[in-house]
Parts: sequence; structure tokens; C-alpha cells
Amino acid sequence: MPAEHTVRAYDEELDSVTAELSRMGGLAEAEVADSIRAISRRDVTLAAAVIDRDARLDEIELEIERRSVVLIALRQPVADDLRRIVAALKISMNLERCGDLAKNIAKRALVIAESDPITPLTRSIERMGELVAARLKEVLDAYAARDDERARAVWRRDEEVDEHYDSIFRELLTYMMGDPRTITSSAHLLFVAKNLERIGDHATNIAEIIHYEVTGEQLTDARPKLDLLER
Amino acid sequence: MNTLAPDTFDVSVARVTDAPVKLDVQELDFFYGKTQALKGVSMPFAEKSVTALIGPSGCGKSTLLRVLNRMYALYPGQRATGRILLDGEDILRPGVNLSMLRAKVGMVFQKPTPFPMSIYDNVAFGVRLYETLGKAEMDERVEDSLQRAALWDEVKDKLHSSGLGLSGGQQQRLCVARGIAVRPEVLLLDEPTSALDPISSAKLEETVTQLKNDYTIVIVTHNLGQAARVSKYTGFMYLGELVEFGDTASMFTRPATKRASDYITGRFG
Repeated sequence: MPAEHTVRAYDEELDSVTAELSRMGGLAEAEVADSIRAISRRDVTLAAAVIDRDARLDEIELEIERRSVVLIALRQPVADDLRRIVAALKISMNLERCGDLAKNIAKRALVIAESDPITPLTRSIERMGELVAARLKEVLDAYAARDDERARAVWRRDEEVDEHYDSIFRELLTYMMGDPRTITSSAHLLFVAKNLERIGDHATNIAEIIHYEVTGEQLTDARPKLDLLER
Repeated sequence: MNTLAPDTFDVSVARVTDAPVKLDVQELDFFYGKTQALKGVSMPFAEKSVTALIGPSGCGKSTLLRVLNRMYALYPGQRATGRILLDGEDILRPGVNLSMLRAKVGMVFQKPTPFPMSIYDNVAFGVRLYETLGKAEMDERVEDSLQRAALWDEVKDKLHSSGLGLSGGQQQRLCVARGIAVRPEVLLLDEPTSALDPISSAKLEETVTQLKNDYTIVIVTHNLGQAARVSKYTGFMYLGELVEFGDTASMFTRPATKRASDYITGRFG
């Protein structure tokens, strides 16, 4: 981190915003990991807890927004300070969306728990979930260290999540065609997979934001992207 | 830790590529007696654009401004070496007609300096030194200059009352009107709003924004927000050197040098 500002209170205000963001990152990570666990273990108590905790993420996002707006108005940040604030605002929005998606997964866990388990499919979802949770964790670690190299590594590996999503989609179709009784669960699991894929996209967005904060440049190269509809 | 941080260069001087260069300062050294105030400054000033000079007190930015119209030649013991090309002509070479140079390169100072005469005469004064205009032409020139300086509406009904009766902000805009009345090509502004209230400052900034369509403007300012708002290019100076020069938007979002970054973010200076 660069030297301190002549006005020390400015440093404290900047630090308070990024400290809130770290707290938010930890919570979002836990929400995503727990929502996947609620699906794989058919744990309705955990699912309810995930749904309940989402409000905390919304509160922190608002708090980060409030502090950032005050800081921009009163300090007129420029250069790396400005990039730091803009990055914190944008990352908090991405994390808030991750929380919403985790909450949605948890709600579906409640419904899925009422039908017979489709074990192999749940395993696939679990593997995809672990991959996505790991990406989120990795990108948040990269943020904590302001490590552009690690952020870009996350950014480059987005394709893996897309591949998982793709294969789960095909697997689900097979189940639904084979046994109409699995349609309810399968439809919900399809949305779960879609939500996971979106959380993966948010991790990629966060990687781009870190790159911008650290270098001042935008990541513009074409990222490897698999699209189901383009095949 | 990442190594791509942009603020790792010691000195970074960008080239102006999107406009012709009106004034080109090349390897300029400047001395007040034995004290060297500018050290090898090379910097372009783009035509019909605003270039801001920023830096801590004593960094040489006002000195550079004073060299650009050879204001320093009024004082003994001050000398400049290097080249300053105005449309390709070196203005530092001996034999340059200084009063013609100053008609081409006008200047507005930190504190308003209206002459103790009417508003009209303040504006007409400089014009009479260089040109002989009929009354109608002169009236037109005065009105046009006051319009461009965004002062006309406030003074059109009292053109023949004293310029000293205006507010500080109006006096400063009167000085801008006086500066542009002689139709200069370059306008040098030395901290033009440091003595003004925020509303007057905003009006002067608006004036500068309008004027850039016709003039090459160089503004020295301690107000970083003002540099960011009005200029297209910014030069950051420190201890007599030009440390960074480039596009203002880049300078304020991703400065290339650590020293410029520390200065604009408030970490030293």
C-alpha cells in the first residue's frame, strides 16, 4: 500500500470502506458454500439460515455505498484512491448479487428436500458448487492482497464453470426424459446450476475490477467463453 | 504483490498527438541569479487546448509561465537557456520583439490588476497600444472581449464606471477581457482564481472552457480539482523538473509516476 495521506482521517475512511468489503466478502463466501451444502445434504435448517442471513449482505452493501458516497463528496479522491473506491463499490454490488443467488439456491433446497433424491445429479451440482465457491474464495483472496496475477488467473478459468453447467444441463435432460417423476427436482436443480454459473460470472467480474484497481487498465481481451446456445 | 502498478516510472512525458503543438518548450533551463529554477524542461502545449501546470509551491510552474512570454526579461540577473518554439519560431533568441511577443502571448495574474480607469478603457487600453480602431470598431472589440470573458451581461450598463468598483471575481474576468482584447494566440493564467470565491471561480472556469475554442491556454493552479475540470493536458512539476505530462483524464485516474500520484492524492506536498 502507498504512503499515508497528509490528512490521516482520509486513510481511516478509505480503510473503513475496504474493511467493510472484506467482511462482506467473508459473508458472501459462507452464503454460497452453505447454500451448496444445504442442497447436497438436504439440510433444511441450513437452507433457512442462508435465507435469513442474506439481509446482512444487503445491509453491508448499503453501508459501503453510503460511506463511499460521503468519501467521494468530501475528499474528491483521484488516481489510486479513486480506483480503490470505485472498485469497492462495484465489488460490493457483485457480492450482493452472489448473496441473492445463494439465497435463491437455499429456497430451492427447501423444495428439493421434499422430493426423492437424485443422487448422481446432486453430486454433479455439488462439484460445480465447490468449483464456484473456490473461485469466489480465490478472487476475494486476490482482492485482499491486491494481487493482479491471481485475479487474472481466476478470470482466465471461467470456462471450467461453463463446462460444468453445460454437462449438468445435458444430464438433467436425460433424467427428465427417463423419469417424469424427477421433473420437479430437476427443474429446480437446473436453476441451481444456472445460479452457480452466475456466481461464477460475478467472480470473473470481481477479477476484472481488481485488475482495474491495481493497474488502472480494463481487461479487454476476449475471455474464453462457452455458450450453450452457440453450439 | 503485483508489479504492474502504473506509478513506477520516475519521469513520464507523453506526446501530444491529437492537436498541433502551439508552443514547444525544449530543454529549458532557467536561473534566478545563481539559483536554477527550471531544469531541462521539455513540454508541448497543444493548440486551442487548456494545459494545466500543477505542483507544490516552489516547483517552478509559475516560473515556467513567466518564461513563456519572457516576462522575466523585465528583471536583471534572470536568464533562460534552451528553446521555446512558438509556431516554430524560437522566442528565446535575441532580437525577438518583446512587445509583439506579449501581444501574442497574453497573461492574467493571481490577483486582479484592473487599471484605475473605466471598465471600457481597461479593455481598450491594450488595443490602443497595437492598433488604431474607429469608435464603432473599438466598441465592438470591447463588447466582444467582455462577452468572451463572460462579464458583458454584468457590466454592459456601467461601462464607463471605474473597473475598481467591480467585485474581485468581476475584476479578474475584466483582466481576462483585457488580455484577450488584443487578440493574443496564447493566454497564460497564473492562479487566476486563488483570490476568488467559489461562484466567481466557477464563472472564470466556464470562461476558460469557452476561450479554449480560440486560444491556447496555459493555467497554473494550486487547485487540483480546477486543473482536472478545465484542462485537457496536465504537467506535474517538482523541484524545477517536469515529472509527468499527459492527458488530464489519465493523470487523475492512473498517473504514470509515483511522485505525481503522491501529489494528486494528497500524500505529500
